[in-house]
Amino acid sequence: MNHLFPILTALAYILSFGLYVRFLSTGKKLTGRLATLLLGLGLVAHYFALLERSRGLHTVPYHDLYGSMSLFGWLLALTYLGLELYHRQRSVGAFVLPFILVFFLAAHLAPADRLSPPAAHGATFAFHVTLSILAYAAFALSFVLSLIFLGEERLLRNHKVGDMVWRLPPLELLERMSQSSVLVGLVSIAIGTVLGFVWVDRLSSQYSFYDPKYVITLLVLALYALYFRLARTTAWRGGRASKLCIFNFVIVVLSFTVVNLYLSHSHRYF
Amino acid sequence: MEIVLVGLNHRTAPVEVRERVSFTAEQSRRAAEELRARGILEETLVLSTCNRSEVYGVPPESSHESAGGLSSFLSEFHSVRPDILGVSLYHHYDQAAVRHLFRVAAGLDSMLLGEAEILGQVREAYRFAHEHGATGPVLNRLFQGALEAGKRVRTETDLGTRPMSVASAGVKLAERIFGKLSERKALVIGAGTISEQVVSNLRDRGIAQLHVMNRSRDRAEELAKQFGGEVVGWGEWETALKSPDVVVSSVSAEEAVLRREMVERTMVVRGNRALFLMDLGVPRNIDPSVAELYNVYVYNTDDLSEIVQQNRNARESEIPLAQGIVEEHVAKFLSWQASVELVGLVDALRTKMKEERAAFIRSRMEPMKHLTETDRAQVEKLMDEMLEKLLLEPAQRLRGEKELRRKIQNVEALRDLFLSNREKP
Repeated sequence: MNHLFPILTALAYILSFGLYVRFLSTGKKLTGRLATLLLGLGLVAHYFALLERSRGLHTVPYHDLYGSMSLFGWLLALTYLGLELYHRQRSVGAFVLPFILVFFLAAHLAPADRLSPPAAHGATFAFHVTLSILAYAAFALSFVLSLIFLGEERLLRNHKVGDMVWRLPPLELLERMSQSSVLVGLVSIAIGTVLGFVWVDRLSSQYSFYDPKYVITLLVLALYALYFRLARTTAWRGGRASKLCIFNFVIVVLSFTVVNLYLSHSHRYF
Repeated sequence: MEIVLVGLNHRTAPVEVRERVSFTAEQSRRAAEELRARGILEETLVLSTCNRSEVYGVPPESSHESAGGLSSFLSEFHSVRPDILGVSLYHHYDQAAVRHLFRVAAGLDSMLLGEAEILGQVREAYRFAHEHGATGPVLNRLFQGALEAGKRVRTETDLGTRPMSVASAGVKLAERIFGKLSERKALVIGAGTISEQVVSNLRDRGIAQLHVMNRSRDRAEELAKQFGGEVVGWGEWETALKSPDVVVSSVSAEEAVLRREMVERTMVVRGNRALFLMDLGVPRNIDPSVAELYNVYVYNTDDLSEIVQQNRNARESEIPLAQGIVEEHVAKFLSWQASVELVGLVDALRTKMKEERAAFIRSRMEPMKHLTETDRAQVEKLMDEMLEKLLLEPAQRLRGEKELRRKIQNVEALRDLFLSNREKP
């Protein structure tokens, strides 16, 4: 297999991370723009790496652990880039890029999957999986933003106003960014779940409607909807909402790990 | 092509002298015109701000000689006795004048290190002088270089990024919580000097709505009118605290003006919307336990003073970097200046050599009667070719090699050496 695109992707992400860190410490606009540009180039190279692998293995990117993790990293980068451009704020790039890099690199270390491909394919299934992974990527982003919020809030409350506080986004912007990210996740997971049920309905002879994954997915949906409501209008806005967002992501991680690996009959890597 | 600078600033002159020597736009234009009409300067630019009045120029003669004329002119123009003005004025020439201007544009010479306004003031002074035809090639290049250096210092260093007063630090901190203040509301309790400074900062940052509360309603109305705010009656806490995002308190009171239970009740009504409280009173106006409430941020004078001190240290640590940028641009300007002067010197040398050649040929060929006109023309052509060949390489190197131009420190000495009658290029 050709390693050009994975190498280019890793290089672009690493350089982009370095530049985002430099941007955070110096605040130079040109450095920030270069970081964004390299992230964009990384996304393009990552896309071709996924495409090339899928073509080589004659399967979809999310068929195995490698593909799922790599696709997750790609969608996380894509969501972040969209959020950065929408909110015109690149100070958090230094905190998000490590997650993208970890998922991209870990995907390469994951063992090769020898299992046969899923019994059913098609557009409905593809959209169901892709939207679900997009939702998890968006939730991961809101998790990072909530952590930054809590860190910055703590510094401001304790009057520890060092270099970092002057460079990070204002607290209310971090809240808005986190809410935007959760909104992307909510819409994606809602559509993805509906498509999943449609797909199961078509193949009801092979798949059960009683999978613990369905329960936890609906729980995730409900918890994030609750966060979205509480964070915008009620006395929970601020730190409490951020803590709820972090708790919600713990449930997402549980869904990804314990439920997928040990409890679910039909979900392995997404 | 020398440069002279005569001026005074906050370090050399008290405010009483500075205000007498400051220039309005019209005075700047008139002074520039007169200086050129009297032959004191060929190019002129007046830079006048609240902290400095400086005249930059290119004199027709030596810069040292013109500086005296310039000082007398300033004394006469502003009707200030020469002995009063003389002790406050500084004179800089050539490289020192260039360096001074670049440091001014970079904010390194400002009263408040790294202040942002000076770059705009230099830009405006240059635009004004240029529009009125007071500048020429030298000052154009000089001020473009200064603006470039100032812009680089602002973008590449942290010299001007941090707030340097308690009032501005408080307002900047509010921006760390709310972002832009253009959609935010503020309540200012007290109407003294400190409150006025904070209100001015809030207005500069575009605060949407401003309420002023003070024991003396007259003074509150005065402050509110000055900055386009509204007055809230003293003691109407329930109403006053319901909507603002930023509350600034600076009143003289023995007990806390904002108590914990008041703010607690307000936060319930506000639905825990974030509240930034700036306590600038001594003794403190806000009960310290208010800081424990959810989504309430409290900063008192000491907290803000500490931040200002940190920022001052941070700014000072940026000075070497800013000075490095200034020196880079000074060297760039001096290199350009040297290239223009040296190329002019080579041209003058060429003219002189041609004259010498003509005289030399006339005297030496006079006895050579056997030479035809064609032979004589041929000899003249060969000598011209040789002179061109001798001068071509140095001229090309002077145009192309920055390092060579940098090494030639004293163009005047070269001119004295090769052009004995000091022909100016």
